[in-house]
Amino acid sequence: MSETLTMTRDAPMPWENRPVLKVEHVFMRFGGLIAVNDLSFSVGRGDITALIGPNGAGKTTVFNCITGFYKPTQGMLRLEHADGSTFLLERMPDFKISAKAKVARTFQNIRLFSGMTLLENLLVAQHNTLMLASGMTILGVLGLPGYRNAERKAVEKAKYWLEKTGLTARADDPAGDLPYGAQRRLEIARAMCTEPELLCLDEPAAGLNPRESAELNALLLGIRETEKTSILLIEHDMSVVMEISDHVIVLEYGTKIADGSPTEVRNDPRVIAAYLGVDDEEVEVVEETLDEIIEGAAT
Amino acid sequence: MADAIAKRHGPDMSAAVKDALLSGLIALGLFGPLVGLRTEQNMRNELVVQGRWGLLASVIGVIVVGRFLLLTLVWPAMAARKERAGPASETPSAVRQAVSRWFAPTSLVFLFLYPVIIVSLLGFQGSLKWVDNFGIQILIYVMLGWGLNIVVGLAGLLDLGYVAFYAVGAYSYALLSSHFGLSFWILLPMAGIFAALWGILLGFPVLRLRGDYLAIVTLAFGEIIRLVLINWRELTNGSSGISSIPKITLFGIKFDASPDGFAKIMDLPISSAYYKIFLYYLILLLALLTAFVTIRLRKLPVGRAWEALREDEIACRSLGINTTNTKLTAFALGAMFAGFAGSFFAARQGFVSPESFTFMESAIIVAIVVLGGMGSMVGVALAAVAMIGGTELLRELAFLKTIFGDNFNPDQFRMLIFGLAMVGIMIWKPRGFVSSREPTIFLAERKTISGSLVKEGHG
Amino acid sequence: MEVFLQQLINGITLGSIYGLIAIGYTMVFGIIGMVNFAHGDVFMTSAFIALIFLLVLTTVLGMSSMILALIIVMVIAMVLTSLMSWAIERVAYRPLRGSFRLAPLISAIGMSIVLSNFVQVAQGPRNKPIPPMLSGGIEVMNSNNFAVTLSYKQILIWVVTAVLLAGFWYLVQKTSLGRAQRACEQDRKMAALLGVNVDRTISLTFVMGAALAAVAGTLFLAYYGVVNFSDGFVPGVKAFTAAVLGGIGSLPGAVIGGLLIGLIETFWSGYFSIDYKDVAAFSILAIVLIFMPQGLLGRPEVEKV
Repeated sequence: MSETLTMTRDAPMPWENRPVLKVEHVFMRFGGLIAVNDLSFSVGRGDITALIGPNGAGKTTVFNCITGFYKPTQGMLRLEHADGSTFLLERMPDFKISAKAKVARTFQNIRLFSGMTLLENLLVAQHNTLMLASGMTILGVLGLPGYRNAERKAVEKAKYWLEKTGLTARADDPAGDLPYGAQRRLEIARAMCTEPELLCLDEPAAGLNPRESAELNALLLGIRETEKTSILLIEHDMSVVMEISDHVIVLEYGTKIADGSPTEVRNDPRVIAAYLGVDDEEVEVVEETLDEIIEGAAT
Repeated sequence: MADAIAKRHGPDMSAAVKDALLSGLIALGLFGPLVGLRTEQNMRNELVVQGRWGLLASVIGVIVVGRFLLLTLVWPAMAARKERAGPASETPSAVRQAVSRWFAPTSLVFLFLYPVIIVSLLGFQGSLKWVDNFGIQILIYVMLGWGLNIVVGLAGLLDLGYVAFYAVGAYSYALLSSHFGLSFWILLPMAGIFAALWGILLGFPVLRLRGDYLAIVTLAFGEIIRLVLINWRELTNGSSGISSIPKITLFGIKFDASPDGFAKIMDLPISSAYYKIFLYYLILLLALLTAFVTIRLRKLPVGRAWEALREDEIACRSLGINTTNTKLTAFALGAMFAGFAGSFFAARQGFVSPESFTFMESAIIVAIVVLGGMGSMVGVALAAVAMIGGTELLRELAFLKTIFGDNFNPDQFRMLIFGLAMVGIMIWKPRGFVSSREPTIFLAERKTISGSLVKEGHG
Repeated sequence: MEVFLQQLINGITLGSIYGLIAIGYTMVFGIIGMVNFAHGDVFMTSAFIALIFLLVLTTVLGMSSMILALIIVMVIAMVLTSLMSWAIERVAYRPLRGSFRLAPLISAIGMSIVLSNFVQVAQGPRNKPIPPMLSGGIEVMNSNNFAVTLSYKQILIWVVTAVLLAGFWYLVQKTSLGRAQRACEQDRKMAALLGVNVDRTISLTFVMGAALAAVAGTLFLAYYGVVNFSDGFVPGVKAFTAAVLGGIGSLPGAVIGGLLIGLIETFWSGYFSIDYKDVAAFSILAIVLIFMPQGLLGRPEVEKV
């Protein structure tokens, strides 16, 4: 249905122009269950794109396919850097997606290195750069200056992100000691330390109070402005979604039911139905009227 | 209300008596047959049972009285002390901080002076036992513990077959020195490299396993290597082992009674003590090499990646860390140090056989790492001293024969007490002696991280 | 054909013993996710208890019916071994429940050392042989001068194993205890909230595993006629292999795994080399864990991100 809706538009949407990520006809089956069903969408370069939908709609599964934790049963995930180099994510092992294709992510239930300090967390995120600088450890053991410079730079970058996320004062505390909201911010800071082209955030605002939520919005907008990083986020908090995102994709039962700007999506009857829990019959009624409207517009 | 009064007026005596008697009954069931009735072969080689009722009665008596005292005196006293101590014990006192700061350097100085102290106290002949059985023996386990600490303590991979790499090192030295006459100084690095290669070879297929499965597979590999050593008689001489392995020389100087031996050159009386003291310093340096490399690596990306892996493997992968390679480096490096230790062991004993590389050895090394507190170098060293030194001390308890009679052999209780200590220490301190973690880098202030936040790894 | 049939008979016998021990591993792993390392030594200790009471019954009390003596001994061994396993769980594992993951494993390894060394100290390090009993058997087939026999002992082992497994199956599937056990396996906290006595259920799991291990110990003693304090480790590891092969957590899996390990071992010794039979068992353990960690009947573990 939504395809028809999009097709009625005259000009291609801005995110279709050299998107950073193009998801094409992705399927993900677990045994008999189809978690993602023929999903296609684009993540615009420099955009904040939100992936929303009711619980169990398959949002996290899509994330896991993008970041390589699952291999999609079928379909293509094409990532393109600003310099034009492209990567087919479905063919890459998870760690290479982060290291080479530069996709970073956070997790729905926070996964920090809780027994390590904040600074250490952010240095682990710069592992590949530092590993090269340490001459695959050998030069590092000997304590050569090349590595010490690289480490100093890495610490500078960590300090920069601690500053941005307001965690500088706690740099030497273990990550597990941080309050919940700060842990969420640290996870974003850690992901940003990998210098990603695309940052995937799995429910970044979950469990945050309104003030923290507002801070998060500012942080994400800041990342988009200064780092030029494209952001793809899963979120339930509509205030966050509507306030900061440029483009919203709605999933239900593994299928895309809407795709457009926040205003478009907000007024989409199927989205309203999916979110407000309208009976199936009523959805049909809504769809039928919708079809009539579209047909009327076409003729 | 009634409870509070009971607490103030001390424990409930009649309940304690009942509980103690019940424990006695359970003890009767547990120890009755196994302690009270001993199976012995008689003159006609038939098995008969002999009652040992006196022994049984005393075992049960000890348990009943012990349980009673525990209930009425020890536990109430402990509870009271805990109440009095309160939350003040949370922050480490200045004394404790000073102790933890000065402990490592002081013990290092002590370790270097140890043979000197022993020799000056007991003379060269008298020093033999203390340098060899205690010094060298404990240091071998310290080194093995530190080596395994890289795998278990830092990377969080439980390896129950660590002794296999120790065996690879020992047999590499034994075979190559006997057949090709290569010197220890060439074979030491080679043994380490062989063991590391074996570590990579065995590690590659198993490192994607998680949790206890990894432990069991490594156990299986350890046993396979031992069984191959037993059965491949053409190469290894089977269970009889390889004997008369060449000794280590110091720049070509042999430690024997020959004219160009160490004693003659130095114009000292012939004694085997010089060789032992030389071996002591050698294993001390090898152990310190292990420590140095580990401390160095912890501050490098690879070391941080190990610890991150222990904390959360999935997060590591999301940050672009190649977890397979990271695990393999930990496995190979741990194996390499075991290989060094193994070649030293073979040279020191002059004899190797598969007997020395049983699962029990692996269990002892793992126990030392976990009892010490995973990841803590000082803790591991302390655990090695306590467990190995402690059980070695049991050999010295010959005076007990005057109490228990000549048939009493304290040596046979060595492993029994070792096992009991393992259980006891785990219950007393499930995270080991030193559970806190020192950060590898800091911005403003070095803060020790409480052990409760540090994860133990999944593999 | 004859050799094959004979090895099949021997393999099933050995496999029954492994299967009985494997159930103890699989149940404990299922309910608290711990490899009870001491279980092999619990089995060995039960064989010693059986040995002592068998000697008391036959040499001291002069009982002449071997079958009756064996049954009495088995019951005593089951009771005392269960008591032992209960005490071990209470003292060495329960205080560590919910703490550091490695702590119970180390405690179990310690307990395994304690048990084998305790038996060594208490009963001496030598092999303990008993006079042959229940000798003879049924000749199943005889051709080319090779008689395939099914000995009375083997029949005894098959029958006892089958009867006990049936009873045990009933206990776990049809009683409230079994239900509580499965509830604890799924979610211990929730089970506790719903009024299941979790501590008691876990204790009973250890007790049941130990009782079956004691049956295995008694049968082992009767079959081989000799026992030694160090006999716990290798059968223990093989039984664990059986549990893993069958799919850890699955009871029928443990029995099938036990039979398979027994068959593989006897066929390997019969056709290849006795020297390497343990290598074969350990290799299978490694191969199964690497390529099929969920085993034959186990559920695959899904990695949650």
